[in-house]
Amino acid sequence: MTMSESTLQRTDQRIHELMGALLRTGVVLAASLVFAGGVLYLARHRVPVTNYHVFQGEPAEYRTISGIFHQALALRGQGLIQLGLLVLIATPIARVAFSVFAFLYERDWTYVVVTLIVLGLLFYSLLGSHT
Amino acid sequence: MGTLEFTLIVWLGGLLAGFLGALTGLGGGVIIVPLLALVLGVDIHYAIGAALVSVIATSSGAAAAYVKEGYSNLRVGMFLEIATTLGALLGAVLVLYLRAPTIAIIFGVVLIYSAYASLTQTHHEVKEQSPDRIATWLRMDSSYPTPHGFEPYHVRGVPLGFALMFVAGVLSGLLGIGSGAVKVLAMDKAMKLPFKVSTTTSNFMIGVTAAAGAGIYLSRGYIDPGLAMPVMLGVLGGSLIGAKILVEAKVRVLRMVFSAVIAFLAIQMIYSGITGRL
Repeated sequence: MTMSESTLQRTDQRIHELMGALLRTGVVLAASLVFAGGVLYLARHRVPVTNYHVFQGEPAEYRTISGIFHQALALRGQGLIQLGLLVLIATPIARVAFSVFAFLYERDWTYVVVTLIVLGLLFYSLLGSHT
Repeated sequence: MGTLEFTLIVWLGGLLAGFLGALTGLGGGVIIVPLLALVLGVDIHYAIGAALVSVIATSSGAAAAYVKEGYSNLRVGMFLEIATTLGALLGAVLVLYLRAPTIAIIFGVVLIYSAYASLTQTHHEVKEQSPDRIATWLRMDSSYPTPHGFEPYHVRGVPLGFALMFVAGVLSGLLGIGSGAVKVLAMDKAMKLPFKVSTTTSNFMIGVTAAAGAGIYLSRGYIDPGLAMPVMLGVLGGSLIGAKILVEAKVRVLRMVFSAVIAFLAIQMIYSGITGRL
């Protein structure tokens, strides 16, 4: 193993550790928001709001990012749950975004491009309009 | 049924699904969907939406625990994520055009394959392999920690692995599952990665693949807060308990028992799909 390879190994190791911390934080934050939202939701609704036997789709305020933020800031249980789920979806995306910097740091241009493609696809999924 | 009763039942179902998912290595997603659809009569689109977010939670939670150990291959994972995210986007769009019974039948078939794959999984040791042109160009060759220090390995079969990963992505976006079984197949069999590297890299990728599908699901209104809340909290909790028990339990026997349970669920899904009960 050459010197540069062993340096690469160590950088990889550090990147892995930071990523682990990022993922853990995201999951804990998401679960806390979902739990808090769940308590509010259960306190306010005696019967489920949705009829789960027939698929109708969520109303706009729980489908769009701006709608979710609006509902969460108004401390509506469902809004807080959706915000938690949004944080959860954003966690792997943040991991990919972080990888862009990690590969930039290693001057690995091929993988900077590869990672940017993945990031672009993820942003398209989350921010594009799919209705 | 009142909100509290419904939420508690779904939460317990999620707990069980997460627990079984961790023990069998199949993930909670493939178990919670049949539970919701068959037992509680939840429309399969809602069930899939709730399952997909719980897949992100368990995968990110598990990945956080594994990345430290240095088994996962970041380059292999990132390159293959192009295939899985593209596939997941396609799968999430396909859901719109497929009727519930069709989805149930596809789900059942994938479930049977996953249970079979988890039973026949062998921890093969990699033998000395010659380097591969594409893998070398993509700088995928790496090393992983073993009891005798870092062991270098070569990666092979990149095009086939990429194609299989695309399929895994479609299934993930279509069925709300992690498709761990297909991912491990791609990296284990096609790309000849060492077992520990393929399982941890797969875990690492599942969250990204699921996030690609979940973005579309959210904006389409497939993710219902009242259902996703107990599913996500249950599956996450169950998988954490399962991972703890996994360390001590006799995995082989447990896998046999639970694979039988899962095969039964799969047949129920296919039957309900064919008879149009879903």
